[in-house]
Amino acid sequence: MRQGPSWFNITSLVLGFSFLYLPIVLLVIYSFNASRLVTVWGGFSTQWYVSLFNNQQLLDAAWVTVRVAFASASIATVLGTLAALVLVRSGRFAGRSLFSGMVYAPLVMPEVILGLSLLLLFVAIDQARGFWTIIIAHTTFAMCYVAVVVQSRLAGFDTSLEEAAQDLGCPPVRTFFSITLPIILPGVVAGWMLAFTLSLDDLVIASFTTGPEATTLPMKIYSQVRLGVTPEINAVCTILVGVVTVVVIFTSLITKRREMQRQQDMRRAEAQG
Amino acid sequence: MAKKPIGPVRRDFAPWDDPQARPYIEFRNVTKKFGDFTAVDDLSLKIYEREFFALLGGSGCGKTTMMRMLAGFETPNAGEIFLDGQNLAGVPPYKRPVNMMFQSYALFPHMSVEANIAFGLKQEGMPKDEIAERVAEMLKLVKLQDFAKRKPHQLSGGQRQRVALARSLAKKPKVLLLDEPLGALDRKLREETQFELTDLQYELGMTFLIVTHDQEEAMTMADRIAVMDRGRIIQIASPAEIYEVPNSRFVADFIGDINLMECKVTARNGDTCRLQSVEFGCEIDTAQAVDAAVGDTVWFAIRPEKVRISFDEPESRVNAVTGEVWDIAYLGDVSIYHTHIANEQTVRATVANRSRVVERPVGWDDKVWLSWDRDAGVILTR
Repeated sequence: MRQGPSWFNITSLVLGFSFLYLPIVLLVIYSFNASRLVTVWGGFSTQWYVSLFNNQQLLDAAWVTVRVAFASASIATVLGTLAALVLVRSGRFAGRSLFSGMVYAPLVMPEVILGLSLLLLFVAIDQARGFWTIIIAHTTFAMCYVAVVVQSRLAGFDTSLEEAAQDLGCPPVRTFFSITLPIILPGVVAGWMLAFTLSLDDLVIASFTTGPEATTLPMKIYSQVRLGVTPEINAVCTILVGVVTVVVIFTSLITKRREMQRQQDMRRAEAQG
Repeated sequence: MAKKPIGPVRRDFAPWDDPQARPYIEFRNVTKKFGDFTAVDDLSLKIYEREFFALLGGSGCGKTTMMRMLAGFETPNAGEIFLDGQNLAGVPPYKRPVNMMFQSYALFPHMSVEANIAFGLKQEGMPKDEIAERVAEMLKLVKLQDFAKRKPHQLSGGQRQRVALARSLAKKPKVLLLDEPLGALDRKLREETQFELTDLQYELGMTFLIVTHDQEEAMTMADRIAVMDRGRIIQIASPAEIYEVPNSRFVADFIGDINLMECKVTARNGDTCRLQSVEFGCEIDTAQAVDAAVGDTVWFAIRPEKVRISFDEPESRVNAVTGEVWDIAYLGDVSIYHTHIANEQTVRATVANRSRVVERPVGWDDKVWLSWDRDAGVILTR
């Protein structure tokens, strides 16, 4: 006997999703508002998108953000993967728990503290703040996310694969690049994407560690909002939401299709004997 | 006295009996510890060229550690390992002329069958056309020509096992190590593969070292078997010798099914001796010298298939006991009769079911006599 969802279930579903997505839906709708007043609907228009692409300041900020996110995600991926390798592979060494605790600490540390301490560090070593200091700061906290993601992928890794490679005459470093890395690549890519998005939307740490010439998009949006929300900001946010949604849907579709193909292949192989 | 042959023999091959023969692989007083646990305990072993050698034992007996030390994945705490005269100490795994077939097969999931087999050859820097040639040869050897482009997950268990074999053979190593190679296969496929492997080994003239917990696998394939327990080798001998002349209760009990009776030596006379069973009180007369004094405790071991079961009382009470059939296991080809003698002690007798219809079959609770020949059993002193 099949039962449809109860009224209780439907109500909680509707409430939950409204809570999550109503603000975003409102933002998208108002980005097409013809009126200059954010809260008054003045008819449909795409003028804010046009003016957005003429707003050099916003475009510059977006460009800085993308470059920072790309660089810090890439560095964080390398460092995080190395950390994950050590944590999973080295077995028990003196100070292992301390080390793993320290890798995970930034996950739970308040961003304000992280930002402030980085700022103090840069001041102490007399480092001029700007583009590169944001990258360093973002790398620091994104690295631990990468480590977590890669570690989970490595935990299911059959170490006899590496032994087999060495047994066949492949030295350790080459083994890492020709066997280990390709197999854990999905985890590494996922870690990179996570680091990229984290860097993309960070406001707190970037504000602490930036200098006069480097302003990221979140910082730009925040400072403009303080002067009053313009529909241009809505348009920027809508584009961001759109890009993120497309990427997420696209990647999950690909993973799902590949998994289905794989299972089908395996069933077919077993059926053949 | 001439040594009586035991079991089937490969007449032209027995380098271990030749004192002049140089061992190909040699473990010299090797010890390996993991923390407090001694996996391999001061163990010495010689394996000869072209030999098919099996390390047999239960889990944790140290057999896999032996193989991993030879491959270079573990370093012994003490002792040395030689391969073809070369001391392997300090030689990393990727420079050892041995290849291993892993229990999990360890096929590279992101490479095709072809690329898996070619992997080792590429590391050597072999020219491309030669690699292609060798890969084709290997695929033909394991009968997987049509599967070259497939990925491991597109293969069945048996096919994967053959790819793993082809990959480990591709470099034509001096020694092939096989770690529980047939464990994951079903019975029919396993039997087939056992014979294929022995043929292959003979054809290629390589030295094979196999690690297994499956006695049938070791018996079918190996020239010699080393039975291991707790990091030590208990006995090294041909499969037939291990089965017919075990040197200890451990080996007798580990390989196949056996009846063990605790006995006292009552008389000894050169090549023969007499025992008396402690549990059953029966006299046992054997055609075997024993390394024990009169009055010592020894064990008489006899395989169930060498015990006769009948309703008629034998002429002599020597080498015979009487009891009640307590349980019968019908296995199709043979039946195993569990007979209670005195004190609930059981003696097992296996009878081949030669004909389908028997005049008067032995049934449950029947009173029967069990008897055996003078040379059917073995006396064990430890």
